[in-house]
Amino acid sequence: MTTEPTPLVELTDVSKYYGNIRALEGVSLEVRAGEISCVLGDNGAGKSTLIKIVAGLHRHDAGTFRIEGEEVALANPRDALDRGIATVYQDLAVVPLMPVWRNFFLGSEPTKGKGPFKRLDVEQMRTTTREALLRMGIDLRDVDQPIGTLSGGERQCVAIARAVHFGARVLVLDEPTAALGVKQSGVVLKYVAAARDQGLGVVLITHNPHHAYLVGDRFVLLKRGAMAASHTKDSVTLDELTRQMAGGSELEDLRHELERPPAT
Amino acid sequence: MSSTAPPSDGVDHVDERLIRTTPLKKLLARPELGSVVGAIAVFVFFAVVADSFLKPSSLGTVLYAASTIGIMAVPVALLMIGGEFDLSAGVLVTSSALVSSMFSYQMTANVWVGVGVSLLVTLAIGVFNGFMLTRTKLPSFIITLGTFLMLTGLNLGLTKLISGTVSTKSISDMEGFPSARKLFASEWTIGGVEFKVTILWWLGLVALATWILLRTRFGNWIFAVGGGADAARAVGVPVYRTKIGLYMGVAFCAWISGQHLLFSFDVVQSGEGVGNELIYIIAAVIGGCLITGGYGSAIGSAVGALIFGMTSKGIVYAEWNPDWFKFFLGAMLLLATLLNAWIRKRVEATK
Repeated sequence: MTTEPTPLVELTDVSKYYGNIRALEGVSLEVRAGEISCVLGDNGAGKSTLIKIVAGLHRHDAGTFRIEGEEVALANPRDALDRGIATVYQDLAVVPLMPVWRNFFLGSEPTKGKGPFKRLDVEQMRTTTREALLRMGIDLRDVDQPIGTLSGGERQCVAIARAVHFGARVLVLDEPTAALGVKQSGVVLKYVAAARDQGLGVVLITHNPHHAYLVGDRFVLLKRGAMAASHTKDSVTLDELTRQMAGGSELEDLRHELERPPAT
Repeated sequence: MSSTAPPSDGVDHVDERLIRTTPLKKLLARPELGSVVGAIAVFVFFAVVADSFLKPSSLGTVLYAASTIGIMAVPVALLMIGGEFDLSAGVLVTSSALVSSMFSYQMTANVWVGVGVSLLVTLAIGVFNGFMLTRTKLPSFIITLGTFLMLTGLNLGLTKLISGTVSTKSISDMEGFPSARKLFASEWTIGGVEFKVTILWWLGLVALATWILLRTRFGNWIFAVGGGADAARAVGVPVYRTKIGLYMGVAFCAWISGQHLLFSFDVVQSGEGVGNELIYIIAAVIGGCLITGGYGSAIGSAVGALIFGMTSKGIVYAEWNPDWFKFFLGAMLLLATLLNAWIRKRVEATK
C-alpha cells in the first residue's frame, strides 16, 4: 500500500486478559477517515472486548493503541469521546419515552438566557435535530414523537446521526444490524455509508459477512480471541470471507453430521 | 422507514406522512388529561349532590385543602418522573415544623432563626435520602421507608424529651411570629371569599416545576434518569446528582408545608403526617405520572391534588360520613390509572 495519512485509530498486536482468561491476543486493526473497517467473528470471538478497548471501557494489557499516531491508554468512555471516538451500542443509549429531539441532545443540551432564565433552546434543538437527521438522509416524520415509537432501524440511525453531529471522527457500531430484518438492515447500512462519506472512520462489528462485504474496506476476522485473518476489500471475495467466517472445514463437518441417514 | 421521501426544503414544512394533528389530539397526548377528565367528573358529581358545593365560599375551602396536598404533590411528582419514591415526605413535613418550633422556643430566638435552621435540617434529610439511595443502590422504597420510620420515632421521641408532651409549646407570642405567619399562613379576601396563602405557594411551585421540567437541562435529566438511567449515564447525564437534587426538592417543599403547619396552629402535634406520603404519591399518579418513572407532569399533580380537595370537602358539603373519603379516594385512584393507561394506548396507536 502507498503511504497515506496516519490512520485515525491503529491497534497493533493488542491483547487483553481477564485474570487467566485470554480474551484477546495479538489483534491489529486500522481505521482510516472515510473508510469502514469491519470486525467479524462468531459469538465469544472477542469482538466485544475489542470495542470495549476502543471505546475506553477497558484498557489493553499489551500491544499499542494509537489515535492519530499518538499512543494512548483510554481512561474511560468520556476520554474516548473527547478524542472523537463515539460508540453506538446495541441498546443505543436512548430513553424510549422521551421525544426524539430531547434524546438527540441528552447530556449536551444547548441553553440560552442567563441566571434563573437560563433555559433550553427548544427551537434550536428541534430544528438542529431535524437538520442533522436530514443531512444523514434520515427524514423523520416528527421529532416530537417518543423515540420508543421508532423502529429499531430508525433508532439506530438517530443514534448514528447523534454521534456524527457531536463531532465524532471515529464511529464504533456494535452489531447495528443484528436485531433487524433484511430491509431495515439495508437502511442502516446506508446510513453507515453516509457517515463514511462525511469523512468519518467507521468500525463495524458484525457477524454477518454479507453486510460487512457490502460496505467494508477492511476486514478483520476474530476467532477465539485471536486474529484469524485480515483483509482489504481487493484481496478477498465474499465467498472466501463467508467461508472463513463460517469456519470452512467446520462447516463441512457440520454438513456431514446433519445429513439425513441414507434410507434403508 | 423514511428514506424514500423527498428531502424537505424548509424547516417548518409539514410532512405529508403526518396526519394533521388536531388541537384535540394534541390535548389527548398530554399526561394530565386523565386527571382533568376525572376532576371535571368529581366537580359535576358534587355540584349535583351537595348544594353548598357551588357556593363561592366553598371555593376557598376546596382550594385550601387542595393546596396543602398540592405543595407536596409537586416535588413528589418530579421525583416519581425521576423514577423514585419518597415515603418519608409525610412525616418530614412534621419534622420540619417541629424543628423550627422547638429551636425557636428552646433558644428563645427570633422564630425566623428557627425557620432557617429548619430549612437546613430538612434539606439535609433530603440529601441523606438521595445520598443513601445513590450510594447503596437499594430501591428508594426501602431507603425512604427507613427514613420514614426513623423520622416518625424521632418526631415523637425528641418532642417528648424536650417539651415533656407530644406537642410543642405555643410560639405565637415570640418575636418574628407575625411576619412569618404572614408568609406561611395568612389569608386574604376577594369578593367575600377567603383564600389562604398556601394557594399562592402551590400555584407558584407548579409553575416553577413545570418550567424546570420542560425548559431546563435539569428537567431533561429528570425525564432521562427516570426513563432510562443507564442510557442517561452513557451520554453524560449526572444521574446521582439529579436524584439527590430531586430529594432536596421534596425536602424544600416539606419545609414550606411544615412552616405552614406551624404558623397556622402555633403548636405542632408530633404524631402528625403519617400516611400523607401516600396521599402525595396518589395525587401524582392520578395526575398522570407513570409509577415506573420517565413520564408525567407537574400540572397533573396539581389536578390530582384538586381532586383530593374537592372529594374531601365535597363529602362534608354533601353531609355524608367522612369515613367514605378513603373509599372514594381508592376508587378514584383506580379509575384514574386505568383511564391514563387507556389514553396512552390510544394515543400511541394513532401515531
